[in-house]
Amino acid sequence: MEEKKGFFKRLVEGLTKTRDNIVSGIDSIFSGYSSIDDDFYDEIEEILVMGDIGINATTAIIEDLKQKVKEQRIKDPAQCKQLLIDSIKDQMDVGETAYEFENRKSVILVIGVNGVGKTTSVGKLAGKLKDQGKKVVLAAADTFRAAAGEQLTEWAKRADVDIISGQEGSDPASVVYDAIAAAKARNADVLLIDTAGRLHNKKNLMNELGKINRILDRECQEYYRETLVVLDGTTGQNALSQAREFKEVADLTGIILTKLDGTAKGGIAVAIHSELDIPVKYIGVGESIDDLQKFNAEEFVNALFAV
Amino acid sequence: MAFESLTDKLQNVFKNLRSKGRLTEADVKTALKEVKMALLEADVSFKVVKQFTKAVQEKAVGQDVMNGLNPGQMVIKIVNDELVQLMGPEPAELVLKPGNELTVIMMVGLQGAGKTTTAAKLAGKLKSQGRRPLLVACDVYRPAAITQLEVNGKKQGVEVFSLGEKADPVDIAEKAVSYAKNNGFNTVLIDTAGRLHIDERMMEELQNIRGRVHVDQTVLVVDAMTGQDAVNVAASFEEKIGLDGVILTKLDGDTRGGAALSVKATCGKPILYAGMGEKLSDLEQFYPDRMASRILGMGDVMSLIEKAQASLDEEKAKDIEQRFRKAQFGFDDYLDSMNQMKNMGGLSSILSMLPGIGGSQMKQLEDAVDEKKMAQIEAMILSMTPQERSNPDILNPSRKKRIANGAGVDISEVNKLVKQFEQSRKMMKQYSGMMSGKGGMRGRFKLPF
Repeated sequence: MEEKKGFFKRLVEGLTKTRDNIVSGIDSIFSGYSSIDDDFYDEIEEILVMGDIGINATTAIIEDLKQKVKEQRIKDPAQCKQLLIDSIKDQMDVGETAYEFENRKSVILVIGVNGVGKTTSVGKLAGKLKDQGKKVVLAAADTFRAAAGEQLTEWAKRADVDIISGQEGSDPASVVYDAIAAAKARNADVLLIDTAGRLHNKKNLMNELGKINRILDRECQEYYRETLVVLDGTTGQNALSQAREFKEVADLTGIILTKLDGTAKGGIAVAIHSELDIPVKYIGVGESIDDLQKFNAEEFVNALFAV
Repeated sequence: MAFESLTDKLQNVFKNLRSKGRLTEADVKTALKEVKMALLEADVSFKVVKQFTKAVQEKAVGQDVMNGLNPGQMVIKIVNDELVQLMGPEPAELVLKPGNELTVIMMVGLQGAGKTTTAAKLAGKLKSQGRRPLLVACDVYRPAAITQLEVNGKKQGVEVFSLGEKADPVDIAEKAVSYAKNNGFNTVLIDTAGRLHIDERMMEELQNIRGRVHVDQTVLVVDAMTGQDAVNVAASFEEKIGLDGVILTKLDGDTRGGAALSVKATCGKPILYAGMGEKLSDLEQFYPDRMASRILGMGDVMSLIEKAQASLDEEKAKDIEQRFRKAQFGFDDYLDSMNQMKNMGGLSSILSMLPGIGGSQMKQLEDAVDEKKMAQIEAMILSMTPQERSNPDILNPSRKKRIANGAGVDISEVNKLVKQFEQSRKMMKQYSGMMSGKGGMRGRFKLPF
C-alpha cells in the first residue's frame, strides 16, 4: 500500500496544474448543464481535444458516450462524468504481465525521437531497478549526439551501476554487442540500452534500430525482452505517428510518458492506447530519480479528473 | 491511417457543388468543418482554431469564387492566405546590432526542445555571415549539457564560454558578456537550461539573467511536435520573461507543426528559423507560406520548387526542356537529371515534400525506387560511348553486350534500361505538350524527370 500512496501523491502533485485545468472545465460542464444536448457534447469535445487526446480518439469517446447515454436513458449530465472516466479507464488498463521484466533476466531497449528524455528515463529506471537489488548494466548506444555518453555516465554514477559506452560516432550496434557480452560476463539481471534519438521518418536511422534488434534477437535469447518507446507528454498528435513507426521496426512492449509535471496533459497516451494497444508503463513527473513512476491507469485517470 | 490531404477531403465534400459563382454561408460552413478537423489534427490549439475559423468564416462568405477553382479550393485559398498572414506574412530576421556593437541573444525553452543544438547551429550560421559569436554554457543542471555545447561549438569553430557545472547561471552570463566585450566578440549566445514554464524558481533564474545582463533578443525554442500545450508554454514565457522571437525545431519529422500557429497566435512574436535536421547546418529560414500548406496537409510544394530551382542549373534545365519537346533526349540528359536529383537530396527527400505523400506511401515509394538501382543505371550509362548516349537507336545486341560487361550487369538489365528510357522519352513528349498547354496550374513543375 505504501508505494501506491507514494505514486498517487506524486502524481497528484505533478498533475495538479493539469487537473486544475481539466477539472474546472469538466466540473463546470457537468454541473453547469441541465440537459444533455449538442452544446454539452461540444464542450466535452473541446476539453478532451485540449488535453491532446486528439480529434479522432475524442470523436470515438464521445460517440461511445452518446451510445451509453441513449442505452441507459441518462438524463442528468452529472452522470456522464463517471461514464466518461470509466470509458477512458477501460482503454488504459495496463494488464497483469506488464512488469514481468522485473522478475526475470531481461534486456530493456529504450527508443524514441530526439529530446523526449530517453537518457534521463534510462538513468531513472536504472536507479529504480538497482534499488530493487538488481544488478544493472547500462549500454550507452547513443553514439551520435554530442556528450550523450557523458550524460548517461553521470546517471550511472548516481544510480551506482555499470556502464558500457563507445566512442562518439562509433557504431551503436557494436556498443550493444559489447554491452551484451559484459552483461553476460557480470551476470547482470537487467541490461538497459539507451539509444540515439531518431525521428521516426528517417529510414536509415530506423534501419539502424533494426540492426540493434537483430543483435538482441541473436545474442539474448535467454533474456526477457522489453522494448520501451519514450514519448514526450507535451507532444501532440505526432506521438501517435511516432509510436506507429517505432512499432514497425521494433516489437514495442510499452511506453514511458515523460514531462507530465508541466501543464501538458499527456492525453495522447489515451489515443495511442486505444489505437495501437501499446500500454503506458511508466510516467515521468519530475527531475529527480524517484520521479519515474509505474503507470496506474485508474489512478492516472482519477488524478486527471480528480474524483 | 495515412491521412487524406485536406484538399482531397474538400474535393469530396464539394463534388456536387461545382461552378457556383459565390461562396454561400453553407459552403463555407461545410468547408470550415473539414478545415477545423485538419487544424486540430495538426495540433493547432483548440482556442486558436476556434478564433481562426470564426475569422475566416466572416471573411469568406460572399466572396467570389475565382476562375478555375471550385468552392472548396476557394475556401482553402482563403484559409491558406489567412494562415500565411497570421504566421508572417514575410519571413522574419533576427535583429542584430550593426558593427562591433554587442548583441546578446538568450535561448530559452522546455527540456528537450533542442536549445543546445540550435544555439550551436545559430552560432555557426552567424559566423558564416561574418559575425563573431560566443556561445555561453548556462545549462548547469542537465548532466553533460556543457560538454555537448563544447563539442558542437568546436564543430562550428565557435568559442564556448563556460565556468563549469558548479557556477551560478546568472554569474556565468554576466562574466561571459564582459569576456565577449574584452575579446572582440560581437554576438553572445546564451544557452540556458531547459525548464518548465510553471517552474517558478527556474523562471526566476531567467528573469535574473535578464536583470543582470542586457539581453537584446530572447528566443523561445519550441519543438514543432508540441501539442495543445504549446499555447501555455508560449504564453508563460512571454509573460514572465518576454520574448523577441521563436525558433521551431524538429520540422524534419512528419509532424504537421500546428504548434507554429499556436505559438505565433499566442505571443505574437515572429518565427525566425526552422530546425530541419540533425546536422549543424540544418537551420533554415522560416517561411510562413510553406508552413501554412504543411499545417493544412498540402505538402511543402514551395520548398520543393525552391530546392529544385537552387540546384538546377537554369541554362541546362532549359536546354533539356528544349530537347524534351523535340524528343532529342539522350542518355546523357538522363544522367544529368539523375545527378541533379541527387544534389537535391535524393529522391526520398524530394518525395517527402510532395503533397499527399504520407508515411506509408512514402515507404512504398522508397522501396520501389531503390537508390542502388540508380547507381546501376549510372554505371550502364557510363559504359556507353558518347555516340550511343546521344543516339540510343543505334544500340544493337553486340553494343548492349559490351555495355553489360562494362557495367557488370546482365544484358537483360541493359535491355530494361533502354526500354524504360524509350518509355520515359515518350512520356516526356506528352508531358511537355501538357505543360505548354494549360497555364496557371498550381504547383506546376518544369523539372526534367
